[in-house]
Amino acid sequence: MNIHIPTPLRAYTGGEPTVSVPGATVGEALEQLTGAYPALRQHLYTGDGKLRSFVNIYLNDDDIRYLPAKDATPAKESDELTIIPSIAGGD
Amino acid sequence: MPVARVKDIAMTTATLTETALPKLSNDEISRYSRHLILPEVGMEGQQKLKAAKVLCVGTGGLGAPLALYLAAAGVGTLGLVDFDTVDASNLQRQIIHSTATVGKLKVDSAEIMLKGLNPTVNVVKHNTMLTSANALEIFKDYDVIADGTDNFQTRYLVNDACVLSGHKPNAYGSIFRFEGQASVFATEEGPCYRCLYPEPPPPGLVPSCAEGGVLGILPGLVGVIQATEVIKLILGIGDTLVGRLLLVDALSMQFRTLKLRKNPDCPACGTHPTITALIDYDQFCGIEKPTAVGPLEVASNKAVADAPIVDGIPQISVEALKRKLDAHEDFFLLDVREPHEVPIANLGAPLIPVGELEKRIAELAPQRGREIVIHCRSGARSQKAALILKNAGFPHVENLAGGILAWADRIDPTMPKY
Repeated sequence: MNIHIPTPLRAYTGGEPTVSVPGATVGEALEQLTGAYPALRQHLYTGDGKLRSFVNIYLNDDDIRYLPAKDATPAKESDELTIIPSIAGGD
Repeated sequence: MPVARVKDIAMTTATLTETALPKLSNDEISRYSRHLILPEVGMEGQQKLKAAKVLCVGTGGLGAPLALYLAAAGVGTLGLVDFDTVDASNLQRQIIHSTATVGKLKVDSAEIMLKGLNPTVNVVKHNTMLTSANALEIFKDYDVIADGTDNFQTRYLVNDACVLSGHKPNAYGSIFRFEGQASVFATEEGPCYRCLYPEPPPPGLVPSCAEGGVLGILPGLVGVIQATEVIKLILGIGDTLVGRLLLVDALSMQFRTLKLRKNPDCPACGTHPTITALIDYDQFCGIEKPTAVGPLEVASNKAVADAPIVDGIPQISVEALKRKLDAHEDFFLLDVREPHEVPIANLGAPLIPVGELEKRIAELAPQRGREIVIHCRSGARSQKAALILKNAGFPHVENLAGGILAWADRIDPTMPKY
């Protein structure tokens, strides 16, 4: 499935805005992503493996925090994952 | 979860009866005719706009189009919060200012264009930084807040102040390079900013517009989206972005909407809020308080013989660099900017962008024994690069304080500044 990488994190995926990864669940897809781009891991996860709270992961248009299975939620090939980081620019 | 309808949101103006709404003069009726003939606005809607008081926090990229369109729409009172002055580099996107107002206070500059567009608007200028000490006092006179600021600390401050002020709606917009976000936070039924982002990113992860660049049109696009939401909130029409996050990607021209939920455990707006007063937002965001005179200020304002040290890296002034170059001293000058910056202005130094430095450190192996002076545009990226080299064991690394901008300022005035 496709994972949409937000601009601030594209520096760690070699500039790629979308990365295609296999994975039966959201968690597996994210593992594949950080496996392929290890520099991304520290920006997405804390030292003890939890998703950082200024980063939100959406499965299609649902925030995974509010899905019953969270990152164990199964995902189809046609699903889209989006990483939404905090941005603050306004000037 | 159903999206909170605008009609459910308690709005000061919505509770006023038709007879209590301010009358419109004949001139105003002519001016707003295109609103009046819309059934969704009409006389009553236009009167609600006249009665409304909106606070624009920031009169920069987002604030500029936002304030202009609100003035055009006939919002009766527009508060502007900004402590900054107009700089020429603002004019690439901050269309409320002009070449003639460069150097003026932004609130004064904005007022000129706002009054020029619509003299009936009451412009209230707050020439101050919004802080925990003044936010609640400033917010109390307004019905809707539009957040057009440019840093995380103020965004959390605006959010918390909106919630604590009885859930004043926060028409939120933010931008980064080519992407933007918009929503309406802090209404009673809807989520607040902390429901989406409980924690800020660590400082330095997300560059500001000055550091990362921004496509000039982007705040125009997002700022007008914010203005649209403000107007819908005042009029009580349409579906606002309460409970939704609009994502704008200007390069692909794609707009997506994601669902936002109110977090019952949110410290600001949840069922058991722990935030009952405004906090120290610099501390919350991990930002060091600006000091009156720090080592980098000293280095960039005066030529210093003894370079001060920041995080173990000696800072070298542009005057000292010039002396070294003129004396043909043996050292290595390294540019760590991006390739597209080099044609704008450069010192002829070899280039390794700071983001590639770790990967390409082997290329610097021949320089390991030499003095290495690193420069970038303003001295921030080069400091990062210096730390990378220091940690890789390079013994003699210095940072050019103030970067190529300081060189253009004090050594070579023919060099462009960007």
